[in-house]
Amino acid sequence: MIEIKNLHASVDGKEILKGIDLTIRPGEVHAIMGPNGSGKSTLSYVLAGRDGYEITEGSVSFFGKDLLAMEPEERAAAGLFLAFQYPVEIPGVANTTFLKSALNAIRKQRGEPELDAMQFLKLVREKTKALSMTDEMLKRAVNVGFSGGEKKRNETLQMAVLQPKFAILDETDSGLDIDALKIVAEGVNALRSPERSMLVITHYQRLLDYIVPDHVHVLAFGKIQRSGGKELALELEKNGYAEFGVNEAA
Amino acid sequence: MATTTLTKAPRGYDPAAAKPFLEQLDRVKGGLPGGGLSWLDGLRAQGRARFAELGLPTVKNESWRYTNLRTLDKLAFQPATDAGDDVRFDVLPTVRADGATGPRLVFVDGRFRAELSSTAGLPAGVELLNLADALTRKPDLVAGHLGRIAAPDDLALVALNTAFLADGPVLHVPRGVTVEETIELVFVSVGSEAQPTAFHPRGLIVAEAESRAVIVEHHVGLGSCTTLSNGVTEVFVGAGASVHHYKIQREQADAFHLSHTAAKVAGKGVYDNFILTTGAKLSRNEVRSVLDGEEGDTHVSGAYMVRGGQHVDTTTFIDHAQPCCTSREVYKGVIDDQARAVFQGKIIVRPGAQKTDGYQQNRALLLSDTAEIDAKPELEIYADDVKCSHGATVGELDDDQLFYLRARGIDKATARGLLIGAFLAEALEEIAEESVRDAFQSYVADWQNAR
Repeated sequence: MIEIKNLHASVDGKEILKGIDLTIRPGEVHAIMGPNGSGKSTLSYVLAGRDGYEITEGSVSFFGKDLLAMEPEERAAAGLFLAFQYPVEIPGVANTTFLKSALNAIRKQRGEPELDAMQFLKLVREKTKALSMTDEMLKRAVNVGFSGGEKKRNETLQMAVLQPKFAILDETDSGLDIDALKIVAEGVNALRSPERSMLVITHYQRLLDYIVPDHVHVLAFGKIQRSGGKELALELEKNGYAEFGVNEAA
Repeated sequence: MATTTLTKAPRGYDPAAAKPFLEQLDRVKGGLPGGGLSWLDGLRAQGRARFAELGLPTVKNESWRYTNLRTLDKLAFQPATDAGDDVRFDVLPTVRADGATGPRLVFVDGRFRAELSSTAGLPAGVELLNLADALTRKPDLVAGHLGRIAAPDDLALVALNTAFLADGPVLHVPRGVTVEETIELVFVSVGSEAQPTAFHPRGLIVAEAESRAVIVEHHVGLGSCTTLSNGVTEVFVGAGASVHHYKIQREQADAFHLSHTAAKVAGKGVYDNFILTTGAKLSRNEVRSVLDGEEGDTHVSGAYMVRGGQHVDTTTFIDHAQPCCTSREVYKGVIDDQARAVFQGKIIVRPGAQKTDGYQQNRALLLSDTAEIDAKPELEIYADDVKCSHGATVGELDDDQLFYLRARGIDKATARGLLIGAFLAEALEEIAEESVRDAFQSYVADWQNAR
């Protein structure tokens, strides 16, 4: 599904990713754990196509296509989804308008018929209910006045509506209390399927109690230092990142 | 500079620029409507004298620092002829969703077109007619008002308009009458292939005490000739009356649109002005609202979208002359390419105008590196118990917002459109009349789609 090979990326001339290799197959959930500044968010932004990152080396193949050559909207249409660590507020654009525009833009790029207002409303109502979101949250401007938990639920709602093939969850647990985390995790787990893969990026093991990964990778200093099964997360929780040369207390 | 001729004109004016206009005036003045009425002859003479003294303002004039009218010197504008009377229209602009013709007056190059106009649906006692007709048949209807707010011997362009004073819309709403139908005033700039054409529409709106009216001005262009519209409108808002005065200017690319609107609001009266600008090469909307009685309320707002080499100037003056009045100004503009916008907003709170509540906000969105905005808010406060705030921001489209939308599959152009629309929506929300707001929204969409 996605094959990352020797990926190097820089920001303002400073190399952040120093050769990432990662292959994710359909249905797999991978977790990337790493301390602050290890390059976790850079990896997610590079994959989603944000400006400001220079790819100096390496390649990313997504369903056999060159992901790095695609515009962000083309990546979305191809089935990539980034759940943002900090969902962006967009005053003046209603959440429903945004969701409908996004869904229909993706359907259009895929050559599928666009949904009319009634079809869309039916779909979105069903999804909001599952995430304990209110109609009122749909009417509000995108993420404006949303609490941290509401923003993350809104990200999950978008994922549920857009039905991506590959979702990157960037620090989805940050800023969430345990109840909010459970709701979001349930929403995410409901989307797990043999055709859909996920890359869960997190600093802490806590999230992985709720979204249990098949594979865990440790990212530090711009490289994957170690890979293993879900037990690796527990080990990290116990010992921290010290064995990878990271002094988090500093 | 040593060879410059010394003149006695006030600093910041070019009296030589008056000459071609005055020569034209001398050719047409014999045929101006209402000639022989001494008050009217006097008014025009005052305008002529003042304009002859001043000429056109230059960039040395504080109020015209950012808007240069020198181009007008180089164009030999001629008065509109009756050639425009033959221009036919498939469809005239309207804010009415049903497309039916409500009460409306149509002017082509400043000249009234009776066969396109209608007074259908107006309550008894309401007068809606063109000024030339009023000056000929009912001069008493306008004699007490013309030139009373927009003084003929003050501002150069008002003086020029007054010198040529001939035609334009006149609305008189008697005491206590509510006009349910939206009154539409349609101004079409056509001009002539032969030479640039100038016209000076003069409007008068009188809303007596406790009356109400909604007026929409459409300024559109037909073809691609060079035209100059130098309009003046005076608005009298009686005690407890409310006048909602909306304007959309989308004239042709070679149009010059200069407009001066002066309102005077009596106690508990409401004057609500909103101007949407997308057209003309150079435009300036000067709006002055004097709160002349206690508990008056004025809203002076607008939105503009300009691109290419367009220049749009918004100059407002809100005069809190009496206590306990409120004023609200919200302007938002989108500037692309090499276009330039000017916002000059002055609020004065006179001595004794206590409990004034004034609010001004001016926000611009620059879509290119070469787009420009010059903003000059000015607050002069001579009372001590007032609440006055103003804010100005200039920004670009937010990269994070753009990326967020694109990451959800929305292409770049659509994402930009959504953000621009959202930015302008806040200004359009100032329009209280829903049908007008919807129509103006669609003009915003048209502008975006025209890329």
